[in-house]
Amino acid sequence: MAVAVENRAELSQGLADFIEQWRGKPGNLIMVLHKTQEEYGYVPEPVAREVARRLRVPDAQVFGVLTFYNYFNLEPPGKHRIAVCMGTACYLKGAGSILEDLSDHLNVAVNAVTEDMQFSLQAVRCIGCCGLAPAVLMNDEVVGKLSIEKMRETLEPYKDGDGGSGDAAAS
Amino acid sequence: MPYASFCLVCRGTACESSKADTLYDEIKQHVAANGLNDQVQVLRTGCFGFCEQGPIVKVLPDEAFYVQVVPEDAEELVHEHLLKGRPVERLIYREPGVHALGNIDQISFYQKQFRVALRNCGFIDPENIEEYIAREGYVALERVLFEMSADDVIKELEISGLRGRGGGGFPTWKKWKFTKDAQSDQKYIVLNADEGDPGAYMDRSMLEGDPHSMIESMAIAGYTVGADTGYVYVRAEYPLAIKRLRTAIAQAEEYGLLGDNILGSGFSFRIEIRLGAGAFVCGEETALLLSIQGERGMPVQRPPYPAVKGLWGKPTVINNVETMANIPVIIMRGGAWFAKIGTETSKGTKVFALTGNVRNSGLIEVPMGIKLREIVYNIGGGIPGDKKFKAVQSGGPSGGMISYENLDTEIDYETLTALGSMMGSGGLIVMDEDNSMVDVARFYLDFTVDESCGKCVPCRVGGRQILHLLEKISKGEGTMEDIQRIEEIGKTMKETSLCGLGKTAPNPALSALRYFRDEFHEKIPAEVREDAV
Repeated sequence: MAVAVENRAELSQGLADFIEQWRGKPGNLIMVLHKTQEEYGYVPEPVAREVARRLRVPDAQVFGVLTFYNYFNLEPPGKHRIAVCMGTACYLKGAGSILEDLSDHLNVAVNAVTEDMQFSLQAVRCIGCCGLAPAVLMNDEVVGKLSIEKMRETLEPYKDGDGGSGDAAAS
Repeated sequence: MPYASFCLVCRGTACESSKADTLYDEIKQHVAANGLNDQVQVLRTGCFGFCEQGPIVKVLPDEAFYVQVVPEDAEELVHEHLLKGRPVERLIYREPGVHALGNIDQISFYQKQFRVALRNCGFIDPENIEEYIAREGYVALERVLFEMSADDVIKELEISGLRGRGGGGFPTWKKWKFTKDAQSDQKYIVLNADEGDPGAYMDRSMLEGDPHSMIESMAIAGYTVGADTGYVYVRAEYPLAIKRLRTAIAQAEEYGLLGDNILGSGFSFRIEIRLGAGAFVCGEETALLLSIQGERGMPVQRPPYPAVKGLWGKPTVINNVETMANIPVIIMRGGAWFAKIGTETSKGTKVFALTGNVRNSGLIEVPMGIKLREIVYNIGGGIPGDKKFKAVQSGGPSGGMISYENLDTEIDYETLTALGSMMGSGGLIVMDEDNSMVDVARFYLDFTVDESCGKCVPCRVGGRQILHLLEKISKGEGTMEDIQRIEEIGKTMKETSLCGLGKTAPNPALSALRYFRDEFHEKIPAEVREDAV
């Protein structure tokens, strides 16, 4: 069967080393994909194909795993990641309206990236900070006990000084 | 020279996110600047549980309980309390009748609690093996290796009555015995730390606050069933827990408590970490095993159970974090001691994440058989803002609502199931009069529909249909027949789904209908409602 072999990428040194280290260990695929995402910030398709080749597993298996698990992103993220916790405690305390406001304010759909690639807005599963509900992960840092206003304030330092998305939302 | 005072800074995720890391650094710095390095030991500990009031700092032996401490307070705290011996009044926790200085056990949040699984959380530095050892750490492993046979361990577990804390409540001794009795050249121990229930963070706090107890218990399990390899399957979303587990494993190896020929006993055991990747269904044991194998985590039919045919087809013990946290205590204090706590069918304690619309949210551990009312009102301090209590949700997306009339139920595995909910892993979410039960049911179904792996029809199609009907009712477009249909589909899902996710997915909707049917009726347009009557 003819399989397209183009579209494979060179791997970063870190990833290549990691694959060598894990080669032969049973069940290594998910760990290798975690490393891939750590290296690139997401899992680029050509890289995934190269990972498949090096681990000697079919592309279909790699993409099957990538699309099954929520944690893996196939699209590049924005410069800053805003992950709004939608666990029960946060939901009950208004996480939904915070998410909605962010979406309006940044003019971006949920689980998408702003046009200028500055912000990724995601609705995520419980981050386990229920005592701080509603909570948001701002680039892996937990910000808790939020309100719509406090969320907007939190966002300010991450915005680029020269105009940008804030003005767009106001117009 | 022994230290005169200890300053414990909570470094659980909740406090950490409120700048507890900077606070710890600042306190250390001021302790050094005041020449107190020989007299005061500053410790990073795991979660104290009282997350609502974090970051928390405890000063011992004075038992000063400082709350909502910010880095700017460090100088005053060190200078006034640690140097001059004058506690900083403005930071001390207060509640009616309690001024938390010298009487931490009087704080209502802690009064009804009884810590077994959480015994070390908030008392030791989780990144220092010596502190774990100082609190009887690894003594249980030593006792098992040199004084007990595998059958002795299983007998002790049987006497203790310990049941799985991940939700199912299966007797732990049976799991271990099945695997021990299975004939195989290779067996495995798996720690299920893939805590996926929304509104629950018990496992996270234990992994972060007491990682060595996991390692010790896994090694004990390995010795008992004849396994030389263990896997920790932990959520990738818990970076701090992963880091502390890695540190703990490296330290245990260095001390000869893990690896080849442990303590010269001839028993060898290693532990590897495998990361989950955000799939709720992987909490189901057959799915979890496939995920460790690097595959899509889709459950398979049981039997055979993993105890007999598990990881790579080999006999495998899978235990949840909280279950494992109890093992060393049972070995040290005896199964009979453990069995004295709790109810007839459910022994020991349970850790809950108490959250939602309650004054004192946090991580608690209570004896089985405690009344929900005591949890919500005594420990939790009731509902904020003079709102009326409506329900407690237990068991996450697999559980159900418990209404006001049932607040005096003594909770254990059986009573919660009888109420249409379940023990689950330990999320307890308090809802007040403003929370719509139709909306909450919709929220949970939305979750399970998204997390369904899609393998079996009842779960894949049934869940979606219930969600669709709930959305229709929410929008005010439902009919009385829709309510009936939810119940019919729910019953079918419970009876025919492949795994626990599908079997329990309708519970939030069914229990909401059981206790709050009026709310559903109110959402149905009057003209349709009257037609049906």
